[in-house]
Amino acid sequence: MGDALWWIVLFLVASTGTLILGLVSKWIDRKVTARVHFRVGPPWYQPFADIIKLLGKETIVPEHASPGFLLAPLIGFAATCLAATMIWVANINPKGGYVGDLIVVLYLLAIPSLMLVLGGSLSGNPHASVGAGREMKLLLAYELPLILAVLAVILGMQSSGVAGARTLSLGAIARGGMRGPVASAACVVGALIAFFCIHAKLGLVPFDIAEAETEIMGGPLVEYSGPPLALFYMTRAMLFATLPLFLVTVFWGGLGPGVGGWALGFVKYLVIVVGMVLVRNTNPRVRIDHALKFFWFGLTPLGILALAFAMVS
Amino acid sequence: MGLKLWALKKSPWVYHANVGACNNCDIEIVNCLTPAFDVERFGMLLVPSPRHADALLVTGICTRQAKPRLQELYRQTPKPCVVFCIGACACSMGIFADGYHAAGPVDEVIKEVDPNAIIAYVPGCPPRPQAIIAGAVKALNSLG
Repeated sequence: MGDALWWIVLFLVASTGTLILGLVSKWIDRKVTARVHFRVGPPWYQPFADIIKLLGKETIVPEHASPGFLLAPLIGFAATCLAATMIWVANINPKGGYVGDLIVVLYLLAIPSLMLVLGGSLSGNPHASVGAGREMKLLLAYELPLILAVLAVILGMQSSGVAGARTLSLGAIARGGMRGPVASAACVVGALIAFFCIHAKLGLVPFDIAEAETEIMGGPLVEYSGPPLALFYMTRAMLFATLPLFLVTVFWGGLGPGVGGWALGFVKYLVIVVGMVLVRNTNPRVRIDHALKFFWFGLTPLGILALAFAMVS
Repeated sequence: MGLKLWALKKSPWVYHANVGACNNCDIEIVNCLTPAFDVERFGMLLVPSPRHADALLVTGICTRQAKPRLQELYRQTPKPCVVFCIGACACSMGIFADGYHAAGPVDEVIKEVDPNAIIAYVPGCPPRPQAIIAGAVKALNSLG
């Protein structure tokens, strides 16, 4: 009983912390975007004000919406909270996880996109259906290279003291090292692939095809208002913090032990976040078939190359 | 001032609806988002769907064809919301008042649906972006 209570407290603390980190990262995004445009940009509390305002508006459920319309954002938010908790546990206490939690985190991180598709399909709006279809195709596109990159890291890991070599435990990968320079090269290529995959997972330009504002009026989110929209916004903010943390944990050495390790870890996190913001501001939106070609015929061969490096080392 | 009202004032998301304008007012509205005037520092974002909006920026006299659609748009915007009549045409139909296609200035059309609607007027032909920003700030300050 005490053990379960401890996990619940940990879950609440990790979720709240990740939400706050995500909202601050969203502010960094808007501020850097504004400076790139030679503008001033919003104050630091802007994302918090956005969420509080959305929570105070009325919820309108359209007449043609199917049941589950209001459930989709809740499931997406819950999955993101759980994935964030598991990634923090892997970094703070590597032995606290279990073998296979890497696969669970990969599944959990796919759920928010699926809930976007579900919510859009249940909206009863043709714009939302088009957006949901595009998000489905994008999901098919970027999951493949991401899995190959993660596989390359798993195969290239050296035997570590935490749980042995070739392990599927996030904690072991966070603290472990790669087997020599060739495997490290595989890790670097994997990090590059993962950078583009998480960029697409977040729905940032050039891959914001699903929620194309000027084309399909907001895509899957067109019929959402008030608190359900706030949940989608919070899910996206938490993903904005969780996905770079996932990248740092799996591909870039993790938020290491000791004060120096944690400080270096947050510098790595900031590098990834600012990198995503700069890519977002210097690219146009691509068509869905261009995105598919980029992920399947551009990044997937790179992933196979990383896999080859890892197996050869 | 409660937390809800503070958040509404600090983060007004706008939806732009053109119900029969000549496009001059629309250009001036989009100018507000450019780096020279930058309304994003007030938290104002242009949103793609009326369901996400707190403020409707309505331009143009309301034509006969657009009248039921403007009323539907207002009903789809979650309350509390403010309606901004941007330009002389939205405020009072101006020189087009006697046209066969004119179906009432925007405030009368909205008041048919909701007599207690909060409506703000920004006159001008077209109003400069400075006037639009001043009108928005005055309307937000009066909400408290």
